[in-house]
Amino acid sequence: MKQRRLLVLIACCVLCAVAVAQPEPTAIAIRNARIVTVSGAAIAKGTVVLREGLIESVGENVAPPADAMVIDGEGLTVYPGLIDALSAWGIPSPAPAGRGGAAPAEPRAWGPEDRPQTTSWIKAGDLIQSNDRRFEAARDAGFTSAAVFPNRGIFCGQGSLINLAGQKPADMVLVPTLGQLIALHTSPFGAGFPSALMGVISYIRQIYLDADHYVAVKAAYQQDPRGMKRPDYDRALEGVLESKRILLPANRWVEIERMVRFAEELKQPTILYGMREGFDARSVDHLKGKNMPVLVSLKWPEAPRDRNPDEVDSLRVLEDRAKAPSSPAVLNRAGIPFAFYSDGIDQTRDLERAVKKAIDNGLSRDAAVRALTLSPAEIYGVADRLGSIEKGKIANLVVTRGEIFDDRTKVEMVIIDGKKYTPAPPPPGRGGAATENRP
Amino acid sequence: MKKILLLAFVALAVRAEVTVIRNATIMTEGAKGTVKGSILVRDGKIAEVGENVLVPEGATVIDANGQWVIPGIIDCHTHIAVDGNVNEGSVSVSSMVNIKDVINPEDIAIYRALAGGVTVGNVLHGSANAIGGQTIVIKMRWGKDADGLIFEGAKPGLKFALGENPKRSGSPQPGSNAPLRYPATRMGVEDTIREAFNEAVAYKAEWDKYAAAVSAGQHPVPPRKDLKLEALKEVLEGKRYVHAHCYRADEILMLIRIADDYGFKIRTFQHVMEGYKVAKEIAAHGAGASTFSDWFGFKMEVFDATAYNAAIMASKGVLVSVNSDSENGELMGRLNTEAAKAIKYGGMSRENALALVTLNPAKQLGVDDRVGSIEVGKDADLVIYDKDPLSEYAKAQKVLIDGHKYFDRDEDISGRAGREAEKQKLLEMEKQDQAQRRRGPQ
Repeated sequence: MKQRRLLVLIACCVLCAVAVAQPEPTAIAIRNARIVTVSGAAIAKGTVVLREGLIESVGENVAPPADAMVIDGEGLTVYPGLIDALSAWGIPSPAPAGRGGAAPAEPRAWGPEDRPQTTSWIKAGDLIQSNDRRFEAARDAGFTSAAVFPNRGIFCGQGSLINLAGQKPADMVLVPTLGQLIALHTSPFGAGFPSALMGVISYIRQIYLDADHYVAVKAAYQQDPRGMKRPDYDRALEGVLESKRILLPANRWVEIERMVRFAEELKQPTILYGMREGFDARSVDHLKGKNMPVLVSLKWPEAPRDRNPDEVDSLRVLEDRAKAPSSPAVLNRAGIPFAFYSDGIDQTRDLERAVKKAIDNGLSRDAAVRALTLSPAEIYGVADRLGSIEKGKIANLVVTRGEIFDDRTKVEMVIIDGKKYTPAPPPPGRGGAATENRP
Repeated sequence: MKKILLLAFVALAVRAEVTVIRNATIMTEGAKGTVKGSILVRDGKIAEVGENVLVPEGATVIDANGQWVIPGIIDCHTHIAVDGNVNEGSVSVSSMVNIKDVINPEDIAIYRALAGGVTVGNVLHGSANAIGGQTIVIKMRWGKDADGLIFEGAKPGLKFALGENPKRSGSPQPGSNAPLRYPATRMGVEDTIREAFNEAVAYKAEWDKYAAAVSAGQHPVPPRKDLKLEALKEVLEGKRYVHAHCYRADEILMLIRIADDYGFKIRTFQHVMEGYKVAKEIAAHGAGASTFSDWFGFKMEVFDATAYNAAIMASKGVLVSVNSDSENGELMGRLNTEAAKAIKYGGMSRENALALVTLNPAKQLGVDDRVGSIEVGKDADLVIYDKDPLSEYAKAQKVLIDGHKYFDRDEDISGRAGREAEKQKLLEMEKQDQAQRRRGPQ
């Protein structure tokens, strides 16, 4: 089995190499295809022309240019490339140290002044490894871009918007700074300040107070440095001040209330991520009219595997599991802007199934597509270049046979920056549980 | 338009909310003592108490024939409804953290407390630090969000802790290479508190100087706002109560000396099991004491405790309450009998015993203008018991907060079958879902 997979892999590599070696066509035209533009009405039969990494034209009566490589789109549907709104793809995973007992990597902090668990100045785009295997799996599920974030500590660092293909990181980064990812990361006493949830919240509050003070002191020094002690350079605050928005975690409705209030107190443009209990009317009440977009995790809660069969969860937990996948539908009905994120899912089939589950729980397919294309682009303020099939936007597309996220639908190709990628053939045998194929 | 009409109707309905509890034995804990009669509740407040209360038209009538009514029970020391660790134990002064940030309105302990007649709780940070976190008073408005639980207008507090807990919590676990947290002795605890207040005094002076410069028309850069010192500054300014966990008499006197030196007041000594030894000094300082009923010997510093503590301190003029220190709401749900123990140990009157968990903690928390007794104008926080509330056999039947019913024993019991059925349905759905997944997509 392993060997066969290896062979398939080698074959793929050879094919890729051949594709690269051929002279690049100056343009690609996909004609006679159904085109779901997302920004406007779907085109039942039309043509989309791509040139030099951009969408040159799209419409019913567009003739393919003479120099274009023409793809017959009969029976195919073209969507904007999918975007993972909060991702770790391409970010090297942390060393597998235990979360609890392991020695802390940084010296013990005795207060907020030590800037514990803070790497706010780091940018994801500077960390990504272009050969990350997860890019391939994600592309095979139709993803072409991702908002990737560093994922350690409390102030994790700034996210970058990347395309999921490129020779080197510089080719991949679309927007280097998307905002600051904040995690409410708790630890045992001995690991230093902050340890409890309330300590973490207090630390974040102190950082923003310090940032205000830092700005004021620097301004005063800039005006007249003579006779004034120079302000200390503080990279933690520099990183925070550079971030144009923050991302705060909130899964339970209680956390959604807490973080909505906290974001208002911090006066930072905020995106909430998690949203397991987005289905709860109280969540919607707290989010309504707040101009605070949310990111919904695609990792739906599941019953723990292999546990004692006598253990039964509480009604509360069972309800969460049953209703979490209906959160996107509820948020959509309430008019709260939302996008999906992978939350650690990195296998092609798992990604497809996770989206399908939201559709099975009441979200329309159109809304699901939007939550993976134009909505994330709008949330991050890049809808002028990404997220829909419009003239002038970046040529990121996914082409399927059948409607996207259907059980039997096949992703025929993805196009990233105008370059075509063909998915690896599905593993032989049944299209069963992808998770079982994990090493 | 329809919506506006509906809103107006709802508003009217809320305004017109009138409830009468009739035929009850009422321990008012106020000037009226214990009376037989009725309580009229209007707009969430107690409007009338007495033998002959007219029932207004449209009022909800609760017939409490043969039953008892007491003011909602107040727990002056609890740790329920907190998300995450109740201690920010990494540092010896953690006054920058605030319980208000992590109130969890879904904690089932709230409902347990409510079912035991508790309507108000002083939610405290733990006792791992000489100076702990900021504290908040809540009402047990089960079903409301976190903001809806907060007792509006109640003065916030700051937790202090003396003795074994703060000096022990800094010791690393065996086998850990974490550094030792100062202090490790009782002397060190005193030093830690004094050092913190030295810093706070300097911090306050810095801000006062800034305020003076601003009012003189200057535009200096404001000082750095430090959340840790901000809370201590509020203590110095009398804007925040100090609730101090303590056991031994020598430490109680030590903290009184610190407070006198820095010019602030201890609002309550908590646990204070040797309070009977220094009751006069506690009373002279003007502090309250919130103690346990009859516990003792659960650690070294509690070996000199006595069940007579509450009665002795009260006889020396200390304002005394009895608390639960509960994290799960269990003991909180039977504070009525915890208070009743003071009748056996110390011969308190029934009314004075009940005041240990009603009027006295209300005074200690500075909310006795709102709660603590059944008197006209106060919040309608009421508990209806089937039997004498000071008896082991009494069970709270209904609990009202602000005139709204938040607990009803009959409704709870009759709703259980429905909740169980809902649970079975979900379990069955999950089973089918798993079976289908094993078969694979068709």
